[in-house]
Order: sequence, then structure tokens, then C-alpha cells
Amino acid sequence: MTERQYDVIIIGGGPAGLSAGLYTARARHKTLLIEKGAVGGMIINAGLVENYPGFADGVSGIDLTQAMYKQAAKFGLEMLSVEVTGLKVDGKNKVVATSDGDFSAGSVIIAGGSERLKLGVPGEVEYTGKGVSYCATCDGAFFRDKVVAVIGGGNAAVTEALELTRFASRIYVIHRRHELRATKVVQEKAFAEKKLEFIWDTVITAVVGDAFVKKIKLRDLKTGKESELPVDGVFVNVGSQPATGYLKGVLALDAVGAIIVNDRMETGVPGVYAAGDIRSGSIRQTIGAAGDGAVAAVNAGKYLGE
Amino acid sequence: MSKPVEIEEAKFDDTVLKSAIPVLVDFWAPWCGPCRMVAPIVDELAGEYDGKVGFFKVNVDDNRKIANKYGVMSIPTLIIFKNGAPVGNIVGFRPKPELKKSLDAALAG
Repeated sequence: MTERQYDVIIIGGGPAGLSAGLYTARARHKTLLIEKGAVGGMIINAGLVENYPGFADGVSGIDLTQAMYKQAAKFGLEMLSVEVTGLKVDGKNKVVATSDGDFSAGSVIIAGGSERLKLGVPGEVEYTGKGVSYCATCDGAFFRDKVVAVIGGGNAAVTEALELTRFASRIYVIHRRHELRATKVVQEKAFAEKKLEFIWDTVITAVVGDAFVKKIKLRDLKTGKESELPVDGVFVNVGSQPATGYLKGVLALDAVGAIIVNDRMETGVPGVYAAGDIRSGSIRQTIGAAGDGAVAAVNAGKYLGE
Repeated sequence: MSKPVEIEEAKFDDTVLKSAIPVLVDFWAPWCGPCRMVAPIVDELAGEYDGKVGFFKVNVDDNRKIANKYGVMSIPTLIIFKNGAPVGNIVGFRPKPELKKSLDAALAG
């Protein structure tokens, strides 16, 4: 079926995929971007992106990615909202299997990003939407004058904790290590904020409540001591893993499941590229994802021209 | 094609609880990224289920009481009402096929 044949198929509609799509569509390659949700990727959860160049006052993740989408669509990028279930490479022809059948292309750029990790403790699933949240920007306002815990110590976690200071009366940051992994600017802000209290070397072992969250159970990793902490909300930000489940055995992956690429974003399979958080060694920043997308797109163009 | 209707606290009982057909209410806010992702899907469903299900949106920023009453603490939350009572609850962004499945299950139940 010719209407399912493209020059380039991009999997994933975050900053990496949208940048790749801008470049390939503008280079007049017939391009399809497949995204299982709507466009934007993980960064849509960010209320304010302060480190994407060109926005002196910062920009919200959703506004930034909506603008990226509009810009790429202007040059003819097509979008489809289905889930990708497989990739088959047959020489020059690459077949992308989806929940809506197969699509083929000469080149494929994989920019599917990562999936948020869950805590995997009792109570987490039951209390999701009843005090357990994965998005402080979305849900912070429901915790006005309440006590909440943020689980995690990376940039996203600490930024969430800082956003929550607008609403919550007290915010515990519970981190399994003894120091934050967040960047210095974020750390400085966090340590200066009186509403934040850090609980180091500690993991959460359960979420407990009635109709809503009432407390969490904790374990100190150094002493092994168990304790309980009364909270109204739990914001989970314990990292993410590359969304490469359907690529095992097709492409070379590293120890954490990210796609191994060279500096041209080429995977081991000619014509197949990876960009953004999904590729091994990514700096996991919007600017990096956008850069990767452009690199992959330019090299995909060269490959198609050969 | 019918579109979801934005409603306020004062009209909630009459439009949602007294509706003759099942109703889906999308609790959202302008500052919530996933809400803006889910909105176009809810728009499409409103067209596909036209006449069978009523579609409404509640801005939780302006209508905190309704959100509180139904225990909404995370957005987007979609609540399906039948004969004035909630029969289904979908929290967070879900792809369209999954939303349809949940909606169909709530309608059948």
C-alpha cells in the first residue's frame, strides 16, 4: 500500500522526534511521525524550562513542544497517534509495526524517549490520583497547605519539590543517596528553601491510607531502621528507563536498555537512527534531544540519497 | 460533531447528575500539560459517542468544590457518571484506545 510508504518514519514525538521531523520534512522527505499519545514527550510535565536557549524568561514544556510541532507540521510532517509494536529491517526497506498495521520507510529515526519508573511499593497503584502523583505541575494545587513527600534526588525531583513550595506547607525530599544528583543551581535553590526537608539514605517501602494517602513507610538504608511519616501526598520522580522493549534483538542496546549509536546517531543497522533520551549516552536534556534529532535527520537524508 | 461543554459548579447537578444519558467529565486545568494532551482525544470521543454519552469539562482552578467532592487530586481525571453516580474513574493521560476501552467498560457495567 503506497499510502503507508514513507521516506522517513520517526518514532516518538518529543523534542528529538519533532526536531528530526522538522529537518526531514523541510528537506522534502515524506515523513511520518508516530507518537502513541499526543506530541510533546516527557518535557510536557515541566512547568518551566529555564535552560532551552532562546527563551530569556523560560518557557513551559508544553508551549515549547507545541511550537516545535507547529513548526515541523508547516513543512509537511505527518503525524499518527498509534503505538509502535515492532521494527523489521529488510535491507533498504524498514517496516514499523503498529497497533494500526504496518508502515514502511527507507529510514527510521527512533526517538521514543523513556518511560517513567514507578516505585513498585504496596499502595502506589491504589493511591494513584488519591495522593500519589507523577506530576507536580499538574497536581501541586491540590496540596495547598498540606504535607507532601517527593521521592527522588535528580533534577526533575528537586525541581518538583521547589514547584510544590507554592502550595504545600512542608515538603520532604526522600532520597536513597546521601547527596543530590540535581545540578548546582537547582541544589542551591533547594537548600535555601525553608519548606524543604531532606531525608537522606532512605527509601520508601509502602504508601498507606484510607480513601486518600495518610502516611508512607520508610527504611533507612544505613541503619536498616524502619519508620513512618505522615503525609497527604507522594510525588514520585525516581527516574526513567528507555522505551526500547520492542527493540530487543533488533538493535544493540546498552546495559540500561538504551540504543547504542555512534556520533552520527547511527545504530548498527544502516538507515536506522536513534535520538534523544532513548540513545545511549544521552545528556537527557531538551537541547540535547533536539540536537540529536537534527544529527539523525541530516544523516538519514544522506543515507536516502545514496 | 459535538464538542465537550465547559461547565461550572452551579450547573453541575443539573447537567451532569440529572443527565438522561451517561456523562464523561474531564477535570482539567490550563497549567497541566497532560490535560492539554488528553483534550483532543476527549474531543474526538465526544464526536464518536455523540448522542450516547454527554461530554463536559470542569476547570479545577475555578471549580475547586466539585473537584473536592469527587476526590480529584490528580489531573487529568476523567469521571464517568451514570444516573447521577460515578461509575468509572481514569487518572492521568491514556492513549485513545485505552480510554475507549475504559469508557466502554463503564457504560456496560
